[in-house]
Amino acid sequence: MKSPHKTYTATRNACKLCAPLGASMAYKGIQGCVPIIHGSQGCATYVRRYMISHFREPVDIASSNFSEESTIFGGGPNLKMALTNVGNQYKPHHIGISTTCLSETIGDDVPQIIQEFRKEQPDLSHVGLAHAATPSYCGSHIDGFHHAIVAVIKNLSDKTLKNDKIVLLPGMLSPADYRYLKDVFDFMGQDVILLPDLSESLDNPHWHDYKRIPDGGTTPQELFEIGGSKGFIQFGDVFNRGASANTVSKRKIETPGSVLSDKYQLKGKTVGMPIGINATDRFFEAVLEMSGKQMPERYEKERGRLVDAYTDGHKYVFEKRAVVYGEEDFVIGLTEFLSEIGVEPVLIATGGKSNVFESIIKEKLQTGHQPKIMTGADFEEISEQCKDVNPDFIIGHSKGYYISKQLNVPLIRVGFPIHDRIGGQRVKHIGYEGTHELFDRIVNALLEYKQSNNAIGYKYL
Amino acid sequence: MSDKEKLSTIIDPDELKKEIMAKYPGKVQKKRSKGFVVNDPKDESLEIQANVRTIPGIITQRGCTYAGCKGVILGPTRDVVNIVHGPIGCSFYAWLTRRNQTRPLTEEDENFMTYAFSTDMQDSNIVFGGEAKLKKAIKEAYEMFKPHSIAIFSTCPVGLIGDDVHAVAREMKAELGINIFGFSCEGYRGVSQSAGHHIANNKIFSNVVGINDEKVVDSKFRMNMMGEYNIGGDAFLLEDYFKEMGIELVASFSGNSTIESYEYAHKVDLNVVMCHRSINYIAEMMEKKYGIPWFKVNFIGAHASAKSLIKIAEYYGDDEMIKKTKELVDREMKRVEEVIAEVRPKLEGKTAMMFVGGSRAHHYQELFAEVGMETVAAGYEFAHRDDYEGRRVIPNIKIDADTRNIEDLTVEKLDEQFRPDLQERKAKLEKSEFAFENYDGMMPEMRKGALVIDDISHHESEELIAKVKPDIFCAGIKEKYVIQKHGIPLKQLHSYDYGGPYAGFQGAINFYREIERMLTTNVWKMVDAPWKEEPEIVGSVVTEYC
Ligand code: SF4
Ligand code: SF4
Repeated sequence: MKSPHKTYTATRNACKLCAPLGASMAYKGIQGCVPIIHGSQGCATYVRRYMISHFREPVDIASSNFSEESTIFGGGPNLKMALTNVGNQYKPHHIGISTTCLSETIGDDVPQIIQEFRKEQPDLSHVGLAHAATPSYCGSHIDGFHHAIVAVIKNLSDKTLKNDKIVLLPGMLSPADYRYLKDVFDFMGQDVILLPDLSESLDNPHWHDYKRIPDGGTTPQELFEIGGSKGFIQFGDVFNRGASANTVSKRKIETPGSVLSDKYQLKGKTVGMPIGINATDRFFEAVLEMSGKQMPERYEKERGRLVDAYTDGHKYVFEKRAVVYGEEDFVIGLTEFLSEIGVEPVLIATGGKSNVFESIIKEKLQTGHQPKIMTGADFEEISEQCKDVNPDFIIGHSKGYYISKQLNVPLIRVGFPIHDRIGGQRVKHIGYEGTHELFDRIVNALLEYKQSNNAIGYKYL
Repeated sequence: MSDKEKLSTIIDPDELKKEIMAKYPGKVQKKRSKGFVVNDPKDESLEIQANVRTIPGIITQRGCTYAGCKGVILGPTRDVVNIVHGPIGCSFYAWLTRRNQTRPLTEEDENFMTYAFSTDMQDSNIVFGGEAKLKKAIKEAYEMFKPHSIAIFSTCPVGLIGDDVHAVAREMKAELGINIFGFSCEGYRGVSQSAGHHIANNKIFSNVVGINDEKVVDSKFRMNMMGEYNIGGDAFLLEDYFKEMGIELVASFSGNSTIESYEYAHKVDLNVVMCHRSINYIAEMMEKKYGIPWFKVNFIGAHASAKSLIKIAEYYGDDEMIKKTKELVDREMKRVEEVIAEVRPKLEGKTAMMFVGGSRAHHYQELFAEVGMETVAAGYEFAHRDDYEGRRVIPNIKIDADTRNIEDLTVEKLDEQFRPDLQERKAKLEKSEFAFENYDGMMPEMRKGALVIDDISHHESEELIAKVKPDIFCAGIKEKYVIQKHGIPLKQLHSYDYGGPYAGFQGAINFYREIERMLTTNVWKMVDAPWKEEPEIVGSVVTEYC
């Protein structure tokens, strides 16, 4: 049921970030790729700071550093200079460009600028350039992420090498999630191309010698194999339909999947974020079907252990009330999982405004629960609604902490950004194993809450 | 002397500079060379290039004009609702990310610091203008909170589509009857945060300071503190000292502050300035208009704090206050000396580098010196030449297009409120070499051969670390994990790594302890796995004493 909440003009404590952040994150998952944000330097600095405080890793993102002059005459010269300097200093394979609200408002013609750059700098002709238009007044960080992947496919991929690989498009998940996915395919003996591949570049080991561009990411070789692959699997029910986190713009958006189909006639499957048993089952089914492989015993067991954990923990979570917020696809995944373990999602909120969120949520809910569903929500609206729904816990990223504090209920930190705890990059959400970890964390948070709010101090629960 | 110390003195700084610059292409090299100086404290002709645009594609730690205006200056003020006019990111990223602390006097007191208001512009606002949306947002904020005041911050696209935030502010002010003011602080306007500081100073001065002349402020000794942002609770410590000395702190620009107090901040006898870069404009303008003298103080470092407190007492010239201040200093210094005696032998001779802010890279050198550590390289992120070379160079600073962009207010003496008595006191004190309107900058206080680098780039810091191997590097969150990957501990001097306070005497003690902890950690010993054949010592900082 859509709750009749008072609508505000201002956004108070936003529940979304801006598009170049998502784009830069995606570019970070392409091997040898350095992102440039085309606009004033503040945007790049802010985006870097946000990513750095979540991943706790070096995150180099260059900027074309607009001056007042560039706002009048256009940012072409600045972008070309930025490309040249990044090209010379980092010796990158690729540079991933995303635009800011400013360069989009000015109307910079980036493809044209790139053409000029190609003519003027033949020495850098080996550097691949991807370009995504990412004005944040037309969508949020999650749009930016998808636009960047579209740009990578369009500008950097090819089908020169025919192969038996599967292209996997997981979306905005943690490095730990990406590592899990890699393991799954490895174990099955099915080659995979992760696009992007965030398994390493944003969660590096300690280095002996500093690396300007961290290891990891989808390799140039893999980019050439994309078009000749077997097919693709993509996660997420909202953005893969061409929806945007902003309905106002009403543009039907190109998705990585649609571009793969158009450009290379690849066949693909769409599954939701594999959080929970049902969703993970669907993911494995998709992989098995496309690969023709057998389900490895290891994952059968993993699944079995998860079912076992559900039964063990059921008494603690059953009928507990949860508030969940974040990006649409991620929230949909979480909601299905919560409902699967017997938790009642009483308030489901997103800062995104796609048209499809509510209907998909309703499809996924197993019980007859009637949660409040909020789209285009900010944290103040969520906070106001929270007072009525009386949750037992809240699940989402760090920005909702103040609500959990106001209500004195636990916050289970998931997604992005997590900047008030260490290890945001290692939070696992997906697959049987990630679900298992998530489940344990929820149960234990509830137990801890019970213990610390109880005078006797039971130590046997 | 450990090998590493030798290393840092053996290296020829001029050679090092040459090597580092050699990797830049011609034009970039020329520009960067001017901002990369081998220090000579005696050479008055030595010049550094500062406050110039970062070269596109060279990664900088600098933020934008808006960040300086909203984040730095207005961020720590609690009774103003800050509305960011623009798309969502600019507002989101500035939401409670600095660690300014505040202490409302009562539970009911206003505190809006935890809110991030944004007009969250959509494409229709970009096409048709966003003024109507902004007005609605202001009205909403007013209805919700009835706040003391509302501030509007323009982000980049706003300047371009031509929304007139000042007209909106005037209109809403007339309609709602509270103080509402706007800032033209679009990110692209200046070289760095610094432009935003100036824009914020101007507006606060012209639209807030002095508008409440009725308020009775009648304690005997009244002062404003400027350029102290209460990171980690620094200001709380200082407030206690002032109280003990018998001084009423009328307003603080802007740690633990209210707009309300700015309105009668002209009723003081003295302004003391901590961070010269971000706030000197208001101090200057207040002197011109009201005759209130200002001088520079530094509360980072125990000795610097002692000197600053005594200077303040001497300014007031009150025997009772001087006595109390000396007692305070003696009492606190005793505690400080005890800790120094314990920590110094472990840290003596170690080296530090710091690249941060517009004053911290200077101030923190004092703290390190107190425990026997030397700063071998330092620089600011957003300072100007006077912060390096001293205010004496101000008349010679080249005015470029970016500087011209920011209005210099013409301020005139306000006869009815002007304080000739203070100006007389100032003149008298000046005769006995008591310095006012002073800041000598960082360079005269650093040793010969130390490197002074403005807006350091990644390439430069990597090379410095590789060649000089400092024991500790001070900067911010954006550099932290880069530096630590090199095996060098990084201390954050923007957010204090969630530690602090570091100001005053207790703050100094906290800082010594923190540095001791960081330089004696076991972590770096584990970098090499035991089965590696030739273990390399990566973070050689620790091996000697743990
Ligand atoms: S201008 Fe746009 S891209 Fe830049 S920080 Fe703001 S919302 Fe993000
Ligand atoms: S758009 Fe402008 S004001 Fe906003 S963060 Fe970017 S540079 Fe700063």
